[in-house]
Amino acid sequence: MTSIDRLTFNELKQISGAEFINELIDTFLDDAPRLFEELKSAQESGNADSFRRAAHSLKSNAATFGAGQLAELAKELETLGRENRLGETGDRLNVLNEALTSACDELRGLKS
Amino acid sequence: MTMPHEPGRMLIVDDNRVNRLLLTHALEQSGHYVSTAENGKIAMDMLREKPYDVILLDIDMPVMNGFEVLEALLNDSELRDLPVVMTSASDELDRVVKCIEMGAEGYLVKPLNPVLLRARVNASLEKKRLRDQQRELFRTFATPEVAEQLLREGFSLGGKYVTASVMFADIRSFTSLSEKQEPTDTIELLNNYFALMFDAITGNGGTVNQMEGDGMMAIFGAPVFHELHCDHAVRAALEMIELLNVFNEQRAIQGRGQIQIGIGIASGRVIAGYTGTQHRATYTCVGDTVNIAARIEKYTKTAQRPVLIDRATRDGLTGNFITDDLGDIMFAGKEQAIHIYAVTA
Repeated sequence: MTSIDRLTFNELKQISGAEFINELIDTFLDDAPRLFEELKSAQESGNADSFRRAAHSLKSNAATFGAGQLAELAKELETLGRENRLGETGDRLNVLNEALTSACDELRGLKS
Repeated sequence: MTMPHEPGRMLIVDDNRVNRLLLTHALEQSGHYVSTAENGKIAMDMLREKPYDVILLDIDMPVMNGFEVLEALLNDSELRDLPVVMTSASDELDRVVKCIEMGAEGYLVKPLNPVLLRARVNASLEKKRLRDQQRELFRTFATPEVAEQLLREGFSLGGKYVTASVMFADIRSFTSLSEKQEPTDTIELLNNYFALMFDAITGNGGTVNQMEGDGMMAIFGAPVFHELHCDHAVRAALEMIELLNVFNEQRAIQGRGQIQIGIGIASGRVIAGYTGTQHRATYTCVGDTVNIAARIEKYTKTAQRPVLIDRATRDGLTGNFITDDLGDIMFAGKEQAIHIYAVTA
């Protein structure tokens, strides 16, 4: 199963052009680990607002590239953050990390 | 790529780097100049630094969010009219509604569709240009203060009583103008003359509301009331004479004809309002005070004094002005005499 919806990605590529899509992917790859770290440390320190914001950014970026599953997971975490329910995340962070890693791998391969 | 629209100065405000990049790229492709800010605070600093045409604003941002930016814009008379397009995720439309209520012009859903983006931005740009033109137009015949009020509150046809000072000014004589003066020279002379008089009037809070031939009418203390309307009108008159003296000196050096003017000012209740249609209207004043000002102005020729005012104007003065009492003057068609003063300094 692929993490990146090709229809969404190709549309983005068409809008951006071959050169610029590489720059966009690099920015995504650059920001993704940082956002995940923010998410983790926000949960550890119980900072719901920072948690929500990091999840929101991940969701937004995932949606831009067509990483549907990742976007869904990030959205769930964003909601938990907004409702101040950081104790109820379960293993969602791990699942999200896996989805993020596979999306990143796939995007690397899509660079031209 | 076609560029049917003039480029605009865009400010993208978003904490997300991918979003900023995407938006910047899309707008630059359309030929616009793009600046970016990663939160509302930085954006507000930039907006106060230099002009922009359209803001693309994210809602959720650290330090200062989209709502706070909208509020800050509303409270800033310089920035209030700047078009703002919200950029938001599809699941925060309830918050977008709040933004529209707070004055945002529209919204775009992220991930952005470039066709919608272009259409939305161009519509906002067009609106901004119309607003700028309107503002410019207002400023050519009103003070910035009045222009702001008109832009803020719009105008409604229909009059009301206001207390104000009315000024009439007319060219009393052209001296030593040669007969071979070209028509274009006369128009140039008038244009230069009017430009100077406008400066003196608007510089003292007045609004020129009529120009006909070589005469003009101005009102002080309306449409925006000001307690010191008498002082403002008289100060404007003295400045007009002073500017005219400089103007005449220059013309004398060039061996060209000079101008003498007469100014009449009366103060009191006038009926003021916008007359015309919704599409073409002027700010007009009518009433006895207006008639008296016109009569007094005509009388400057007989009195051989450039600035004459009625008693109500003189009684309303608070500044240090020197006036000569010329006594009661009877005007044809008026039952009561009008007490007139000449302003000398």
